[in-house]
Amino acid sequence: MKSAVVSLALLLLLYPFIFAGPFYWDIGVTFLLAAISASAWNIVGGYAGQVSVGHSMFFGMGAYAPLLFYQLWGLPPAAGVPAGIIISVLLALAIGMPTFRLRGHYFSMATIAIAELIRIFFGTWDLVGAAIGLQGPAVGRAWWDLSFRSELPYYYIFLAVLALVLYATFEVARSRFGYYLRAIKAGERAARSLGVPVRATKLKALMLSAAFTSIAGSLYSIKTGFIDPESGFGILVSVQMVIIAALGGAGTLFGPLVGALILVPLQTATNTWFGGGGSGLTYILYGAVILLLARFEPGGMHELWYRAAPRLMRRLHAA
Amino acid sequence: MLLLQVIVGGLLLGAIYALFSSGLTLIWGMMNFINFAHGEFVMLGMYVALVVVMWLGGGPATFGLAAAFALFVLGVAVYLSLIRHVMRGPMLAQILSTFGLALLLRYTAFWMFSANFVSLPQTSLSGTLNVAGILMPIPQLVSGAAAITLTVALHLLLTRTTVGSQLLAVAEDRHAAMLMGIRPDRMQALAWGLAAGSAGIAGALMAISYPWSPSVGETFGLTAFVVVTLGGFGSVPGAMLAGLIIGLIQALSAYWLGPVYKDIVVYALFAALLWLRPQGLMGKV
Repeated sequence: MKSAVVSLALLLLLYPFIFAGPFYWDIGVTFLLAAISASAWNIVGGYAGQVSVGHSMFFGMGAYAPLLFYQLWGLPPAAGVPAGIIISVLLALAIGMPTFRLRGHYFSMATIAIAELIRIFFGTWDLVGAAIGLQGPAVGRAWWDLSFRSELPYYYIFLAVLALVLYATFEVARSRFGYYLRAIKAGERAARSLGVPVRATKLKALMLSAAFTSIAGSLYSIKTGFIDPESGFGILVSVQMVIIAALGGAGTLFGPLVGALILVPLQTATNTWFGGGGSGLTYILYGAVILLLARFEPGGMHELWYRAAPRLMRRLHAA
Repeated sequence: MLLLQVIVGGLLLGAIYALFSSGLTLIWGMMNFINFAHGEFVMLGMYVALVVVMWLGGGPATFGLAAAFALFVLGVAVYLSLIRHVMRGPMLAQILSTFGLALLLRYTAFWMFSANFVSLPQTSLSGTLNVAGILMPIPQLVSGAAAITLTVALHLLLTRTTVGSQLLAVAEDRHAAMLMGIRPDRMQALAWGLAAGSAGIAGALMAISYPWSPSVGETFGLTAFVVVTLGGFGSVPGAMLAGLIIGLIQALSAYWLGPVYKDIVVYALFAALLWLRPQGLMGKV
């Protein structure tokens, strides 16, 4: 396990040198961002089993805050990151408080409806640029604007954040809090009867997840220097987090990483083949993948591997 | 007078909301299962209406029935091939299954019909009725009346017939129903057919008077959630009342605040409901 983690870390650190050039760096950055968001979703959606399909609300808040700070006060975008986190955590509290009293489905529905509410609302609100959205500094005034021409600095910033998210998830998973989360996922009533503070635990998980998702949104908008309601709060933003985590294995530490490793190259390939994200084919594929996954392999690739690996090993030994 | 007309228009649209939401509430109440693709069923009903009119011609009766039938078949097929298998699985699989289905249907529609808004050619229903100074377009009047009739019919089917009793028996206690010689699988497939069929015919009824694009499914799906939450899960009369209320609220907020706010008000109402009365008007948690 330890050696696998070290070699994975080395691989990610050296990736820009193994695959040099803007094209590969761009894929690398996209991969890291997808892995960060999906790992953040994984805390509440995977470990606690509370399936949010509206995590774009936290992503969007995190994405809007930096560019709003820049537009309103000319501050460096990164200064808005804490504000995005605070708003997202408060939002998580506002959604979690009422819905976590109820059974699981309510939470999923509430998240999708509220994300949609925020998206429409931001589309009409002039302060945040309404339907057009917000722009960051076209050319960085100094290094602290974090506006680089090369993808390389972003790659390492994102990698650092991913390491942070994964480390936090690892610490959560092995703490008492992490056991509470898994107990709730396995059976809420049983967990409660054993004295697990169910509501408070779910709420904490959602807040933590919201904070990290918000950071992912901030990274996105600081890098692209642009945000609009659809790319911040759109349903496809949430979909991507869910599908990546579920594909790799929801509720496992490296599941989201595996999911992103499969989906991001696939997405790049379909976009190149079918031309642009505008054609719906990528999303038809998303839908089909989600559906088949739910039907045949709800545990994700993670579980598939655990089933397939022993057989594979036996065959290797036999040969 | 204009206000009165807005109210009538809102109620007529609300009647259609009531129809497709009663399909969602049926599934929810019966199987404790949320169909995230329900709005897409409505959207497909609209396109079925369009395709039938383009190819075969015929009036609202023809394409309405065609949409109901096509979606009934789809509903049964979705149950048998997908839902039956994920129903007893983990929650993540349950949510992902219909969520994936929704994406698949929505973007397939995008791909086949493009993102442009379309509308049905003028049907045999046209003109307006002038009742004491309130102008009511006949197409909307007919589709509203049809929607209410069908919702009542669905309610009567569930409460007054043998099949309905069997459906409700499965909902109440699957095992006890099996002991009484009812096949739960068959009943649940029927429920999915009825739910999707009511969504399909609701879509066809709406297609008579409103233009649409593939993305309306998302809006209708959320509208149905709000209606079902307001009306109480599993309650068809609740969905009927709530559908009318939501239609009315939408029309009034569009009239007083502007058209962009009609969805904002409804979703905000949903958020408020979750805080204050999650069991809805006529439901129990």
